[in-house]
Amino acid sequence: MSNEHSPQEGAVANEESGGVVATRDDEQSLPARFSNPGLAPHVHRLGDSDEKAARRSERQVAGLFTLSMIATVLFIVAYFTIGEKTSVTLPISGKVGALHAALGVTLAVSLLGIGLGAIHWAKTLMSDTEVVEERHVQRSDDEARDGAVKVVMDGVESSQFKRRPLIKYTLGGALGLFALPLGLQLVGGLGPAKDVADDLKTTLWDSEVPVLGPDGKPEMKDGKPVTRPRRLMRDPEGTAIRLSDVTLGSVFHVLPEGINDTADPLNQKVKASVILISLEEDKIKSARERNWGLNGVVAFSKICTHVGCPVGLYEQTTHHLLCPCHQSTFDLTEDCKVVFGPAKRPLPQLEIKVDDAGYLYAPHGFEEPVGPSFWERDR
Amino acid sequence: MSSLAARRRHPAAILLVLLLGLVITGGLYAALAPKNADAAPDNSKTVAAGQKLFQSNCASCHGLDAAGGDGGPSLVGVGAAAVDFQVSTGRMPLANPGIQAQRGPVQFSNEEISQLAAYVASLGPGPGIPSKDLTSGGGDIAKGGELFRVNCAMCHNFAGSGGALTRGKFAPNLMDVSGQQIYEAMETGPQSMPVFNNSNLSPQDKKDIISFLMNVKTETSPGGWTLGSLGPVPEGLFAWTIGIGMLIVIAVWLGKKAA
Repeated sequence: MSNEHSPQEGAVANEESGGVVATRDDEQSLPARFSNPGLAPHVHRLGDSDEKAARRSERQVAGLFTLSMIATVLFIVAYFTIGEKTSVTLPISGKVGALHAALGVTLAVSLLGIGLGAIHWAKTLMSDTEVVEERHVQRSDDEARDGAVKVVMDGVESSQFKRRPLIKYTLGGALGLFALPLGLQLVGGLGPAKDVADDLKTTLWDSEVPVLGPDGKPEMKDGKPVTRPRRLMRDPEGTAIRLSDVTLGSVFHVLPEGINDTADPLNQKVKASVILISLEEDKIKSARERNWGLNGVVAFSKICTHVGCPVGLYEQTTHHLLCPCHQSTFDLTEDCKVVFGPAKRPLPQLEIKVDDAGYLYAPHGFEEPVGPSFWERDR
Repeated sequence: MSSLAARRRHPAAILLVLLLGLVITGGLYAALAPKNADAAPDNSKTVAAGQKLFQSNCASCHGLDAAGGDGGPSLVGVGAAAVDFQVSTGRMPLANPGIQAQRGPVQFSNEEISQLAAYVASLGPGPGIPSKDLTSGGGDIAKGGELFRVNCAMCHNFAGSGGALTRGKFAPNLMDVSGQQIYEAMETGPQSMPVFNNSNLSPQDKKDIISFLMNVKTETSPGGWTLGSLGPVPEGLFAWTIGIGMLIVIAVWLGKKAA
């Protein structure tokens, strides 16, 4: 701003106008530089001149501190006297646990009393006259700097660090290697990369369960246990489902048979959860979806392809499946394609069939990985 | 409506209605014989009264014979439970067509509702009104809670306070409805709600869920004010408006000079 003016001009303007150092030539005529306005005149508080007011402030501060003390005592009393199961009905919040309400209120009052008292004290009684503290140069003088360097160099010399290279290099190696375990935990904690990718690509529906003989033991054939595909089981009861159970408009939340016999049922559940829905067969527009279902009863992965929330909100009237986390909406009449929201892929369908005993089962697993994207996913 | 009312006063019409009701009830009962023992009272007088009520209040949408009509679906086979649910919560008769029928003032007395239910139940077999011992609690609350979290909580919220669906539709709050209405809703799947038939959730399961909801309603909130148990949205709103507002007030007070 002031580059357009020569220093001489500024100096002249300073002498003439007193406060404003220099003015621009244009119409706005803003000052190029402001002079230091200095400190505003000190305004005395009521308590500084009136002893009565000062004493009143003193009593107020003491009152706040006393309030804090009372609240602390009440906290201790409440802690020991109020039962954990007692409830109390308060004006706004309704029926709440009496113990926690009492502890919260008394603790808040005791802490607030100290805080408010201290602020009130500082504002009304503590000295509030303005004090000027000049800044000083941060750089130490040369003598002190040389002294500091000498102290360090003397230390290095007396430790014989320079004269004994063996110590120098082994210390460097020890410190350098020490960083490895720290990093190793971070990288190693991410798990074996390949296994994880394989694990994400399969679900429990890809494997089979052993067939039990009449004696309750697995049936054997040629030395190998006989297996069959997994049935669809109700969550949480774990009972098998007949096709006739799934009446029009029904929604069943399904887990694979034998999920509780696996080593990690919860890990299996987050991949293998399925929603089984019955809708009018002629409403289904996709031939594959019709073929993989039975009379309009279709099964889809319940794991959202966005970030893996359970997609459980089925609207019977619109045939939309809604994910509660980010409102991704899937159209059940058209291969569960995405009609709204951040999900990018349709929910994978699970083919279902009826076995000899009349129960629904999945002849094979999902054709693509369920759930959200991951690095090793093909598409 | 007035012409209907005028025709209704004709004595022959009453006879005709009675006869029709009797024939339909008798015929359908003989033909289809609903398995549900508590399906509907087949009292012909009740049915006839229900049909009258139906024709003057519901027929404009659902058709004179309840087979569906201008905007209203067919009610053949929906059962007494559906009628009792829709009418006793004030959803029907529909006040005005919208994205979703909402709860409102109940338009009929209990007797009239049971008459309407009897009439619709007489049209075809469907779920009946559940017995009192299934809808008044006393079930396994822990089991009910588990079933609720698997089957209901995604729409109706973890504490039954309801939640949003797509395009303005919503799952209603379950705290101010009766056990009977909850049972009927599960059995009939009104509007967007799917059906939870007796092979999906057995009557005992439904009883457990109702018991769980009754317990949620009377339970003390251990953490203080629930803000409607609606989850992070009202809690965040409270923190951002009331909480930060109070911090600003205190900050302003801190920076002000004393008098």
